[in-house]
Amino acid sequence: MIPVSKLLVIGGSAGSLDILMQLLPELEADWPLAMIIVLHRKSDSDMLLARLLAGKTCLPLKEADEKDLLLPGHIYIAPSDYHLLIEPDGSLTLDASEKVNYSRPSIDVTFMSAAEVFGDRLYCILLSGANIDGTEGLKEVKELGGFIAVQDPEEAEVAFMPKHAMTVVPVDKVLGIREMISFVKELS
Amino acid sequence: MDSLRHLKDEEIVILLNDLLEQYGYDFTDYSFASVKRRLQRVYTTDRFPSFAEFRYRVKSDPVYLTYLMEQITVNVTEMFRDPAFFEALRKHVLPVLATYPFIRIWHAGCSTGEEVYSMAILLHEMDLLHKSVIYATDINESVLEKARKGIFPLAHMQQYSQNYQQSGGQQEFSRYYAANYEYAKFSELLSEKIIFAAHNLVTDRSFNEFQLIVCRNVLIYFNKDLQDKVLHLFSDSLEQLGFMALGAKETLRFTSIASLFKPIVQKEKIWRKIST
Repeated sequence: MIPVSKLLVIGGSAGSLDILMQLLPELEADWPLAMIIVLHRKSDSDMLLARLLAGKTCLPLKEADEKDLLLPGHIYIAPSDYHLLIEPDGSLTLDASEKVNYSRPSIDVTFMSAAEVFGDRLYCILLSGANIDGTEGLKEVKELGGFIAVQDPEEAEVAFMPKHAMTVVPVDKVLGIREMISFVKELS
Repeated sequence: MDSLRHLKDEEIVILLNDLLEQYGYDFTDYSFASVKRRLQRVYTTDRFPSFAEFRYRVKSDPVYLTYLMEQITVNVTEMFRDPAFFEALRKHVLPVLATYPFIRIWHAGCSTGEEVYSMAILLHEMDLLHKSVIYATDINESVLEKARKGIFPLAHMQQYSQNYQQSGGQQEFSRYYAANYEYAKFSELLSEKIIFAAHNLVTDRSFNEFQLIVCRNVLIYFNKDLQDKVLHLFSDSLEQLGFMALGAKETLRFTSIASLFKPIVQKEKIWRKIST
């Protein structure tokens, strides 16, 4: 029913943009998963981030609109000031409810929602940041059979976020940037 | 690892059926992911030992139901939220409405009323409030009760004042409220022209004709069919050349009423009804 079989969700906060700028150009046009990126940033409604990232990849990349359908090889950016949820049919819902971990979009919210729909067909990666957002979500992804990884805190611009996740939940992989790129490239 | 129990999709469906059959609240056309998340939150926070007990409480305790209704629907709002939107109202919509002898505005899904009071302030500043009525509706009686009081936390006023100024407000924002301990009570001069009433967009019909309908960040929680139904309700409730304003991520594009409207301020999601 869902038009894509597997999903990758990447969550990041302070210091994450740079990694995405390195990762995205490496993905080839036939990359088969759908990808959602949830990035903390100053609340404003312009689409600067999506435009910036779209210039770094040959894959179709857009700021998520409500009811967008997850498609293979497509990348969706959670818009600022909305949480991003996934419906059972693989379509997206935007949600303007309370901030979670002082954040909207919140990484936890999307991780959890993705886990409910994709279960063991879900990959989540948590990047650099100074926030605890993402940890609870990873916990739930793991419980529901998904694969969880964090950026190597040694390499992260702000180590707190991936480090915090590692102390709370046993992650499947700790990825340096080179490893992360090959890991994501090889997902199929 | 102590893991909190998750509500199953089937349990959500059972609960939604209860709400519909017993109380007439129809959430079955709401975004499933959103409703599920809200219900899960209540279930976890209130530490129900089992789904059966949760269900029993909802079915047997009307006070709890009121609370649950407020929890399922999203009631996050602020005054002059998205200042650029209010600036657009000031510049492009209200000057047109000013030419009418009498102005009727419907604010649908108004929650605790912050945006409604913001609208009243705009009307007041353009000297239009005396000939305006704002119908502010929401599905929840409990949030309307808060809205009627016009009392908001004083701690928010700094942010609201900033929003107000960014929207083009020229006055001292504090002139509109009286501060009392932790609360700011907004002037009755503003609420005099607001009628707060319960209205359910899912089941209730149109109740008047308006020149402006504002409904922001409500449609995002509805599925496509319900969005379409509600947009028709709005369209039917608008006068010819009336305005419709939606939330930042909501659109008329690709809907069945799109051809009846033309965008006025595209970025701020304001349309005008150009045919019937």
